[in-house]
Amino acid sequence: MLARTVTHALVGLDARRVEVEAHLQRGLPAFAIVGLADRACQEAKERVRSGIASAELEWPLRRITVNLAPAELRKEGSGFDLPIALAVLAASRQVPAEALEGHAAVGELALDGRLRRVGGVLAAAEGARQAGLTKLLCSAACAAEAALAGIEPVPVRHLAEAVGYLRGDWVPPPVETLSLNGSDADPTGPDLADVRGQERARRALELAAAGGHNLLLGGPPGTGKTMLARRLPGILPRLPPDQALEITRIHSVAGLLPPDRPLVSSPPFRAPHHTASVSAIVGGGPTPRPGEASLAHHGVLFLDELAEFPRNALEALRQPLEDGAISIARVGGKIVFPARFQLVATMNLCPCGARGDPAAECSCSAARLAAYRDKLSRALLDRFDLVVTVPRARALELESGPGEHSEAVRERVAAALARAPAKPIGRSNEASELLTRAVERLPLSARGRARVARVARTAALLAAADEVAAEHVAEAISYRSPSELGTP
Amino acid sequence: MKELALAAFAAETGSHVVEQPRERRFERFRRNFDAPRYLDSLAERGLRFVGRRAHDYPELLRELHDPPPGLFLRGAGGAELLRRPAVAIVGARACSSYGAQVARLLGRELAAAGLVVLSGLARGVDGEAHRGALDAGGLTIAILGCGIDRDYPAAHAQLAQRICERGLVASEYAPGVEPAPWRFPARNRIVAGLASATVIVEARERSGALITADFALETGREVFAVPGEITSSLSAGTNALLRLGATPLTSSGDVLEALGVTPAEAEASPPDLSEAAIAVLAVLATEPAGADQLTRMMGLGAPGVARALAELELAGAVAEADGLFRAVRPPAQDR
Repeated sequence: MLARTVTHALVGLDARRVEVEAHLQRGLPAFAIVGLADRACQEAKERVRSGIASAELEWPLRRITVNLAPAELRKEGSGFDLPIALAVLAASRQVPAEALEGHAAVGELALDGRLRRVGGVLAAAEGARQAGLTKLLCSAACAAEAALAGIEPVPVRHLAEAVGYLRGDWVPPPVETLSLNGSDADPTGPDLADVRGQERARRALELAAAGGHNLLLGGPPGTGKTMLARRLPGILPRLPPDQALEITRIHSVAGLLPPDRPLVSSPPFRAPHHTASVSAIVGGGPTPRPGEASLAHHGVLFLDELAEFPRNALEALRQPLEDGAISIARVGGKIVFPARFQLVATMNLCPCGARGDPAAECSCSAARLAAYRDKLSRALLDRFDLVVTVPRARALELESGPGEHSEAVRERVAAALARAPAKPIGRSNEASELLTRAVERLPLSARGRARVARVARTAALLAAADEVAAEHVAEAISYRSPSELGTP
Repeated sequence: MKELALAAFAAETGSHVVEQPRERRFERFRRNFDAPRYLDSLAERGLRFVGRRAHDYPELLRELHDPPPGLFLRGAGGAELLRRPAVAIVGARACSSYGAQVARLLGRELAAAGLVVLSGLARGVDGEAHRGALDAGGLTIAILGCGIDRDYPAAHAQLAQRICERGLVASEYAPGVEPAPWRFPARNRIVAGLASATVIVEARERSGALITADFALETGREVFAVPGEITSSLSAGTNALLRLGATPLTSSGDVLEALGVTPAEAEASPPDLSEAAIAVLAVLATEPAGADQLTRMMGLGAPGVARALAELELAGAVAEADGLFRAVRPPAQDR
C-alpha cells in the first residue's frame, strides 16, 4: 500500500517540492526513511511513532519505508514530521488518501502529537502556491505566516485535528490575516527623544535615513554612538508590502519571526557582535543559510566597534554593499541571498578609546594608532557617505530637555523620500562651483566628490528645495570622512 | 673617496663611523673597496653621495663636532638644497591634534616664505611638517635614521615619494642599513645641524625631539618651542625648554624674523565669509569646540553650523580633529 503527501524543502530562500511516499509491506515491523534525510529528519521516526500513538491512532505493524523524493536533494530539519505521519496514516487507510489532494503539509511533531512551529513556512507556502496547491496543513502557530503567501492555511494544533480535518469531521478555525500595510501593532523601537544634545549626529542620522546613506559614527566610548544608531530604524519609513514580504521570508527561514506576530513590517535592525564569524555575517554554512547582512535586508546592519570585527568579515561585506546581494557558491550550485542593507557602524578614535575625549589623555603609541586605523580598508571606508565624530556630551547638554521625537523626524524623512523620485534634481551653479573648490582645496578624491554630491542631494530633498544649492553642498562637505581615516 | 668607503664600511659592519677607525679590518675593507663601482650601483638606484670634502657638503653641518662622513641623497632636489636656509620642525610621534595642526601650519607658512623645511619623516609632527611644506608647494628635506633606500616608517612611503618629487630624502647611512633605536639620536644631530633654527612643536619629557633641541643649542642655533597647555604631558618637554630659555613661538613670523627672512605675500585673501561663518570663527578663536556646542551657542541649527564649518574649512581657517573644530591660524597681530 502506497500513499503520498507533498511538502517543501528549503534551498537557500526557495522552496523545492518534495514528495513524501510511504509504502507498507508485509514483513517484520520496521521503519526506514530514505532520500538523503539529515539527522533531524531521521529522528522524525521516533517523533512520528510517538505522535501517532498519542493521537490514539494505530501504528501499522508492517515494514514501513518512507521515501523523500527527489532523492538527490538534501533534506534538513524537522518540518517533514507532519507529512511523514500523514503519509503513513494514509498508506494504512486511517485517513482517506484522496483527501490529501491539493494539500501541502509542513510541521514538527511533539511526542504528545501536538504540532510545533518550524522556520521557512512562508517560503514553503509560496512554493506550494506556485506548484498549484491550494491548502497548507501547518501548525496553528504558523498559519498567519502561511496566509501571507496567498495560500489557504489549515491550522492544526494536534495531529488528531489534522486527521479529523482530512476525514471531514473537524473544521479548522479561521486564520487571522496580517495586513502587509502595517498597523499600529508594529513594534516601536527606542525613541530619539531619549538622546540629549548631539545635534550634529542627529542631523546625520536624519540624512542617513532620508538618503539611505551608510553612516560611520566615531568617538570616545560612552558618548551615545550606539544609542543613536539604535534609533535609526525608528525614523525609517515603514516597508512597502513587497519588501515586507521579502524580508519576512528571510526571517522565517532563519527562524527569527516572533510567534505572536509573524510579519516584519518595519525595517529590520541587526547588530551582530564583533566576535561573529564571516558566515554568520554574510551567510553560509554547509547548506547555505542567510547571515546577518541578509537579515538586515531593507533595514539596518549595525556594526558596533567596527575595527574589532575580523577584517575578512568586513571585506566580505563589500560585495553586498555594492550589489545588494550575496552569492554563495557551493559545488551543488550557487545560492543568492538578497542583502540590500544600510550600514551603520561605530568606532573609537583609537584603541584605548580616550582620543576625542577632553577629559582623558590618549595613551596609544603612534604605531598602535596606525595599526588600529589600518584595520579598516579604504575600500570599506569609501562606502560610508556620512562620517561623524560624536564628541563627549557636556553636562550642559545632558541636563537639557529631551530632543525631538522619532515620529517627527520620520515624517520629514518620509516626505523627503516621497519627493525623491518625482523629479531629477539639478545643482545650482554656485553649488557646482563650491564642489569644484572643495575638490581642489581639501582635497577631495573623485569618490569623495561623488559621496558629497549624494549627501547634498539628500539635504536638498529634506529641505524641499528645487535644486541642490551651495548650502546643501557645504553641509555635505562637513560630513565627509576625515583624512586621518585615509579617505580624503 | 675615503668618506664613501667609511660609509660603506659602517653599513657593512653595522656600526656608526665618523672618523677613520684605526682597525686592520677597515684597511682591508678599503683595499678591496671599489668606489666607482659602488657609485655606479648607487646611481642605478637613483641615489647620490655627497662626501665631507665635496664642495656641496653643507657648511652648517661641518660645525658639528662629529659631522657625518657624507650624506646619501635621493630625490629631484639638487645637493645645493642642503645649503639653503632651512628650519627644522620636529616633535612627538603620538602628537595631539593641536600639535598636528600647528606643525602643518608652520610647515606651510615657513615653506611659503622660501625656507626649506627639515624633519625626520616620522609619524606625527614630523610628517605633518613635511605635508605642510608640500601643501604650500615648498621645498622640504627628510632626514632618515636608516639606510637611504628604506622608507621608515613604511606608512610614510608615499609621503617620502612626494617629498622626492622636488625635495630630498637624505641619510648618512648607506643602502641596506636597518633602522635601530640608537641611530635616531644620531639622525637628530643632522636635522639640527642642517637647520638655522629648530622648532619643537610637541614633546614629552624625555622625547627624541629634545635631543634635537640639545644638538641645536650645542651648535648655537636658534631653538623655538611651541607653548602648550601646562596640564598636558605632551607639552611637558616643550614647556621645559621654554623655562630653560628657548624662544616661545607664537607664529611663523617669529622664526622668519629671527632668520631675517621677509614673509611671503599673504595668501590671496580668503573668499568672503558668510556672517554665520565669521561668528563661528570668532567663537573658535577663543577655544576649540564641538559642532554641538556651537549649535547650542549660535542658534543656527545643526545644518547651519555644518555649513559654516565647511565654509571655514574650505577657507583654511578651521580644521577638525577628533570631533573638535579649531581655528588654525593664530589671530592677526598688529606688528
